[in-house]
Amino acid sequence: MSERISTDVVIIGAGPVGLFAVFELGLLDLKCHLIDILDKPGGQCAELYPEKPIYDIPAYPVIGAQELVDKLQEQIKPFGPIFHYGQQVEKVEKLDDGSFLVGTDAGTEFAAKVVVIAAGGGSFQPKRPPVPGIEGYEGTSVFYSVRKMDAFRDQSIVIVGGGDSALDWTLNLQPIAKRVTLVHRRDDFRGAPHSVDQMRALVAEGKVDLVIGQIAGLEGEGADLSGVVIKKTDGSTVTIPATRMMPFFGLTMKLGPIAQWGLNLTENLIAVDTEKFETSEPGIFAIGDINSYPGKLKLILSGFHEAALMAQAAKRIVDPTKRLVFQYTTSSTSLQKKLGVN
Amino acid sequence: MPKITFVPYRQEEITVEAEIGSTVMETAVRNGIPGIEAECGGACACATCHVYVEDGWYEKVGAPQPMEEDMLDFAWEVKPNSRLSCQMKVTAELDGLVVHVPERQA
Ligand SMILES: Cc1cc2nc3c(=O)[nH]c(=O)nc-3n(C[C@H](O)[C@H](O)[C@H](O)COP(=O)(O)OP(=O)(O)OC[C@H]3O[C@@H](n4cnc5c(N)ncnc54)[C@H](O)[C@@H]3O)c2cc1C
Ligand code: FES
Repeated sequence: MSERISTDVVIIGAGPVGLFAVFELGLLDLKCHLIDILDKPGGQCAELYPEKPIYDIPAYPVIGAQELVDKLQEQIKPFGPIFHYGQQVEKVEKLDDGSFLVGTDAGTEFAAKVVVIAAGGGSFQPKRPPVPGIEGYEGTSVFYSVRKMDAFRDQSIVIVGGGDSALDWTLNLQPIAKRVTLVHRRDDFRGAPHSVDQMRALVAEGKVDLVIGQIAGLEGEGADLSGVVIKKTDGSTVTIPATRMMPFFGLTMKLGPIAQWGLNLTENLIAVDTEKFETSEPGIFAIGDINSYPGKLKLILSGFHEAALMAQAAKRIVDPTKRLVFQYTTSSTSLQKKLGVN
Repeated sequence: MPKITFVPYRQEEITVEAEIGSTVMETAVRNGIPGIEAECGGACACATCHVYVEDGWYEKVGAPQPMEEDMLDFAWEVKPNSRLSCQMKVTAELDGLVVHVPERQA
């Protein structure tokens, strides 16, 4: 286990609202670490609709979702936020001195004076295809990501999907596997053309099997998979011998470990007040899509407002003796210095 | 207004009026059709508004655009008459359209 990282604020979730919170907290001299299970910033905007236009961001008659994320990144750069990607926050615990211990599934630990939950609709996680009994094989035979390559060595692997993840793992696992079979519902792949070409070359050399069809069932004993039943386009079924399967059906949002942190929830959302957006645990705030209060609207705009008010309350916790003076970025030389524009 | 009939999985069919210019998914959600989840609100980003177009209607409705075809990769039990209902615009020609809701969305 690595050493504990000390910081003013840990922000859970690097969606648009978590990103803007860095700005509001930064104006008040608070330093932030952000954690996201995705490998990039932007939450729903970047993962679900990067190419789509948004029409209700003030002063932008239209802005692309990814463009909004890029601009937020640029705006918060002066405050030097530190990002920890590809990690899910699993625990948040109160320590004796009133600060919080935040721990991720990768073993990273933080000691933070304030925790801001900007977790949106929850953690982005791989979709589980609705094959009967698949749960029983997960973690032993069915995997949605590769943590240890060795778990795939000399195995008969079925990879399902037509995007980059499916293609990349087909290419990466082929050299160490006993056999790799790629299954996709059509003979057309979304993934990068270069990867598609490499995959087709391996198929032509007889090193990878390509089957056009959809999963219809799983066969095996206990948690050990022995075959994957595939329904082909003509309606016939084949069983491919397999000891490992990796399905790639995109990502979905799941609340995840947040429910276990002892906070008051209403219908899977975190209840907050509308003055500080604080949860039932003083020092833990919730902003953006994840929170709930009378009149809440799940809009980026609302999350930005919540971030500004939350930051004032967070500052009082981190620096209780410091008197807060209200200032405009337009005219305050001290704020402008922080932004690096003066 | 054109009428659209939804056939939820193993349930009675429901016929509703649809506004021209809206989508088949929006029509379903407005009328509380069971089994149309439409998690992403019509952005062609979730594949949980999957339907099967009744025989004889598919040609009128047309084939999916490449973006929709890609998103169909994430749907479950895709058939040649599969469409994502958020990508189907209601037109006067679609009066009488029948779509079937799959057993489950992905
Ligand atoms: C198709 C579509 C169109 C939309 N159009 C608009 C629009 O026009 N205007 C508008 O205002 N809003 C729109 N929205 C809504 C808007 O995207 C959300 O309000 C916004 O993304 C919420 O931001 P957020 O930062 O609160 O959460 P999110 O964007 O959901 O980000 C939360 C992040 O937290 C991460 N996370 C959660 N839990 C954990 C954990 N335990 N550990 C690690 N990481 C975690 C998630 O992986 C995610 O990346 C749209 C949404 C969709 C899907
Ligand atoms: S509603 Fe999400 S793809 Fe149609």
